Amino acid sequence: MSTDQQTGRPAGGPATPHVAHRRQPPPSADELRARIPGWGADLDHADRPSFPKLDWQADRYGAHWDYPAQQPGGEGRERSIEHAQLTPVFGTAQPLHGVSGAVRRLAYARYSEGRLAHWMLLIAGDRIDAWGAHARSFLSGRPDQPFTETGVVTEVTHHGLASRLRSSRTDTRHQVLDPVVVAGPWVAAAVGAFLGGRALVRAVRS
Amino acid sequence: MGSSRADEVVLVKAMVYRGPYKVRVEEKARPKIEHPNDAVIRVTLAAICGSDLHLYHGMMPDTRIGHTFGHEFIGVVDEVGSSVQNLTAGDRVMVPFNIFCGTCWFCSRGLVSNCHNVNPNATAVGGIYGYSHTTGGYDGGQSQYVRVPFADVGPAKIPDWMADEDAVLLTDMTATGYFGAQLADIAEGDTVVVLGAGPVGLVAARSAWLMGAGRVIVVDELDERLERARTWALAETLNFTHVDDVVLEMKKQTDFLGADSVIDCVGAEADGNFTQHLTGAKLKLQGGSPVALNWAIDGVRKGGTISVIGAYGPVPSAVKFGDAMNKGLTLRMNQAPVKRQWPRLFEHVKAGHLKPSELVTHRFPLEHIAEAYHVFSSKLDGCIKPLVLPDAA
Repeated sequence: MSTDQQTGRPAGGPATPHVAHRRQPPPSADELRARIPGWGADLDHADRPSFPKLDWQADRYGAHWDYPAQQPGGEGRERSIEHAQLTPVFGTAQPLHGVSGAVRRLAYARYSEGRLAHWMLLIAGDRIDAWGAHARSFLSGRPDQPFTETGVVTEVTHHGLASRLRSSRTDTRHQVLDPVVVAGPWVAAAVGAFLGGRALVRAVRS
Repeated sequence: MGSSRADEVVLVKAMVYRGPYKVRVEEKARPKIEHPNDAVIRVTLAAICGSDLHLYHGMMPDTRIGHTFGHEFIGVVDEVGSSVQNLTAGDRVMVPFNIFCGTCWFCSRGLVSNCHNVNPNATAVGGIYGYSHTTGGYDGGQSQYVRVPFADVGPAKIPDWMADEDAVLLTDMTATGYFGAQLADIAEGDTVVVLGAGPVGLVAARSAWLMGAGRVIVVDELDERLERARTWALAETLNFTHVDDVVLEMKKQTDFLGADSVIDCVGAEADGNFTQHLTGAKLKLQGGSPVALNWAIDGVRKGGTISVIGAYGPVPSAVKFGDAMNKGLTLRMNQAPVKRQWPRLFEHVKAGHLKPSELVTHRFPLEHIAEAYHVFSSKLDGCIKPLVLPDAA
């Protein structure tokens, strides 16, 4: 069969989507089975795992309770107001604290997950938490060290330049923004502190 | 409960989040039994998942400073709670990334990744180890020890014949990639496009063959990953940076019909559209950059199926939903219900149809966790799948 040089499709006659059948059929099952180890092993939709999506699980995966025992210590634990009650099990890592904790608690207590305010407050809480933790780290025995904590040394040890030049990757354009995301708030805070301090000094002098 | 170790304060090493793009190793108190069906696992091997990078980049709401990431890990049972019946200390176990109870409305029907009894912080997502407080506030497995709730339900003993590096990659990556192919509802002879040649995309592409695909085309921008797509997933490849319009190219390569199914294995940090990436991934004004999802909507044939296993955040994203409606598409998606996938996946690993450990490119001691994240995040040194070795710390 001759082909159109521009499209690679069979020449002559209407193209595939305009007619009822594909003009270029897929490879045969025998051909695929010979080339791909395991080809078609899960051909039967009904014999695939997690099928059907909703399927009563009689073995309960080994659970031996109708309702799990309640984990102690849940008093005051923040929860989505879309939950009718605190879940019987919950994570206890990094409890709410300080200003970021108050912002996050407001997000949970006031807004459902359907409200953008819920998520934006949580994101705001994340930033406050990060700034506070960075500031506190300088009062601790182990201050934050952007150089080691960003792993940027691997730009030298793991072929940073070559890795970027080897492929025609587009993400290198975006990666130049990463230092801005990391250092930007610090620069902005420093500038703000300088301007604020200068304004204060001028106000006191005048 | 009532562990004899309850009041001991033993310090262990763990990866700790210090803010966007910053992580380090700290000493934390060894996890305790907090519920009668808890276990404490000594982690022997962990991995960094592409979705960990969303946390690392500060994209997931309520990611708290001090959080330990890691939802792909295996280990040895170190201690069990008073009601645990199926595990004992010393058992070598693999732990699904889903935390689930086994008996809530959703678990009872098989939706274990949507368990309602483990995540007080949200109803829209289940419980996941080391994945922020939005998924329940559990520290994860990039650590020497980790708390595992519902120890009788989630973990499984690792079969004697299974290698550690295969086992750890069955806890998410392999189960999720296979599940992505399954959600694509592939019929014999179908043309399947996989967006993203990361570890999950490569597994999805390889799994599509098991379900009878006639053609598998993998789309990415990184040459070394596309090479793996050709040699490991046995797929055709398309580098989207080599073409002016990837949607048009997908149409050309599918005889202008479009693919029968497209699997989005990219998620929130997709490249390929500067504005989407800037607003979605960098400025966090969207719940992610839906470039791949929009390519899927436009690249699939009318009446086709889109499978989404790329992770997105809970904030709205600029998705071309009108096209999806007008084309009569079926969109299928979920976090993978890992435990439900395992029996079949064990068969495929044993038969050699899927060998996930072949995708491991880097192994980092826990002490070098910052380097591991930077290499993986910036895709340096041909990194496809990095493992974390807690014992080497």
